[in-house]
Amino acid sequence: MSKITRRNFLKVSGASMAMASAAAYTPFAIGGAAKKVVVVGGGMGGATAAKYIRLMDPKVEVTLIEPKKTYHTGFMSNEVISGDRTLESIEFGYDGLKKHGVTVVTDRVSAIDAGKKVVTTEGGKSFPYDRCIVSPGVSYKWDAYEGYDESIVDKIPHAWDGGPQTATLRDQVAAMPDGGTVVIVPPPNPFRCPPGPYERASQIAMYLKANKPKSKIIIMDQKEKFSKQGLFTQGWKRHYGYETDNSMIEWLSSTTGGKVSAISKADMTVEGEMDTIKGDVINVIPPQMAGAIAKTVGLTNDKGWCPVDGKTFESTIHKNIHVIGDAAIASPLPKSGYAASSEAKVAAAAVVALLGGGDAPHPTYVNTCYSVIAPGHGISVAMVYDYKDGKIVKVEGSGGLSPMDQTDEMRAREEQYAHSWFNNITNDTFG
Amino acid sequence: MGTKIKMMSAAVLTSGLLLSGAATAAGASADALGYTCAGCHGFNGSSRGPATPHLASASQEYVVEMMTGYKDGSIASTIMGRIAKGYSDEQFALMGEFFAKQKLTKPKQEFDAKLAKKGAKLHDKYCEKCHAEGGSSAEDDSGILAGQWVPYLKYTFADYHGDGRKMGKKMKKKMKKMNKKEGDAGIEALLNFYAEAK
Repeated sequence: MSKITRRNFLKVSGASMAMASAAAYTPFAIGGAAKKVVVVGGGMGGATAAKYIRLMDPKVEVTLIEPKKTYHTGFMSNEVISGDRTLESIEFGYDGLKKHGVTVVTDRVSAIDAGKKVVTTEGGKSFPYDRCIVSPGVSYKWDAYEGYDESIVDKIPHAWDGGPQTATLRDQVAAMPDGGTVVIVPPPNPFRCPPGPYERASQIAMYLKANKPKSKIIIMDQKEKFSKQGLFTQGWKRHYGYETDNSMIEWLSSTTGGKVSAISKADMTVEGEMDTIKGDVINVIPPQMAGAIAKTVGLTNDKGWCPVDGKTFESTIHKNIHVIGDAAIASPLPKSGYAASSEAKVAAAAVVALLGGGDAPHPTYVNTCYSVIAPGHGISVAMVYDYKDGKIVKVEGSGGLSPMDQTDEMRAREEQYAHSWFNNITNDTFG
Repeated sequence: MGTKIKMMSAAVLTSGLLLSGAATAAGASADALGYTCAGCHGFNGSSRGPATPHLASASQEYVVEMMTGYKDGSIASTIMGRIAKGYSDEQFALMGEFFAKQKLTKPKQEFDAKLAKKGAKLHDKYCEKCHAEGGSSAEDDSGILAGQWVPYLKYTFADYHGDGRKMGKKMKKKMKKMNKKEGDAGIEALLNFYAEAK
């Protein structure tokens, strides 16, 4: 790999010399060369940024580099697991981006030279940039539990990126006998999609209630509380007998038996600090950090996430590289698909302005996140954010959760809006 | 109350327009604000459904009126009340400016041709005066009905008939008249007419 890298760096330095001499002799090239943006990663953040840069300034050349031919969303993948929607319905290609004039390269980025401003790929190609946007998503801490590693996922999938593992988990739940146990192990904070593990429990419970009513779901949490907890708890009580002797869902907080020390693939057990629990299906969602390339490039801090300036999402470590989405430290914005899309639009506007020699405009951000607990029972959380005194801040008085004790009519509307959210955000990103 | 809202919005509108030039330096631009809505309301405000309404082509004042109503709670909502509280009147005006200039792409929706035909007649009789051109015009700052997502229109009718939203004087009169004569079947026919719109 180092050999490829060296060869590419030579090639690039040759290219930039040629460009320099062209600039010296051909007057139209002075200040006239198209600005180049390379986007690393074709998920919600990367794809949205690529599209919106082209919309904001069609003169900018945008190249998006992504190893996969198609992208599966993580959001709504819980409805695939419950059998409520198909895996194909959460799969998106890049033809829409191509129509907006984005050059899409199917390859994996191996290095970014922040000094020379060149992205290189495993395929041996190099891409010079004026500004680079890195949207690498998350990677997983495979050493988190004893007996746990990446080779386990064929039997104990995390299914935290939509895709093949989503289908594995769905098929396992479908093949489980009535009276079986599903064990879900959510990660400690921070992680992608905070309400996701609890929506997953809800969706699996929805399937089990209809098909295997004697079965159980045990959530062994690595935390003391979780996102939308009050609303989930209320929904579980209503639909799944939560906190009764017949409860389909049991939630163990980290101090009440949830804390996990080891996983056994051979025995299909999860060893907690108090009990070892046997599962017919086990879903471990491992602890997370920024996508691997962020670390390779040196964009991460000691905790494995990427510090950025909230106004531009430019890395505070490497100039001219912007980091967006789950990998970025953008708190109080959560690690969600909607936040990634919102960050992408802010970063796109900043990049276009900065490339033009101007200042980044004043940003505005939104997060909206839905969970579906049961048929006709949707819940949401939302927030509006502003940029003040060098920081991203919540706009006081805005946002928050769906009200507790909401009417059936409003819960049903929220389910319809959840599905509309899915259709619209994916079309905004990939259409 | 309708006129009061209208007057208030007009004042907001004027201040919004005055501010919009300077807004790029002081706060987020109309585009930046409009873009944040796309995840729920569709790219440039044309929603892919099944329920979240289109915003594209709405008049600026209509957007301001709705957002103001969500913010002060006079219009019922699931999530919009929480979101509207994050913005100022000036920002509502900028959002309205953004969506007013977007072209609406209408999706195909299922409808019953016979009911749609009846709905066309009812629309002409009871609604066309304010919701002009078969409900496709944003003039008079009325909501665009033609091609709007039917579940959303159903929610809106339900809110009007419950305590979720107040009708203006003229609308109240027309609605009462129609309800008396046509009942729920009248609303069903109207929904099919709006679903038919291309």
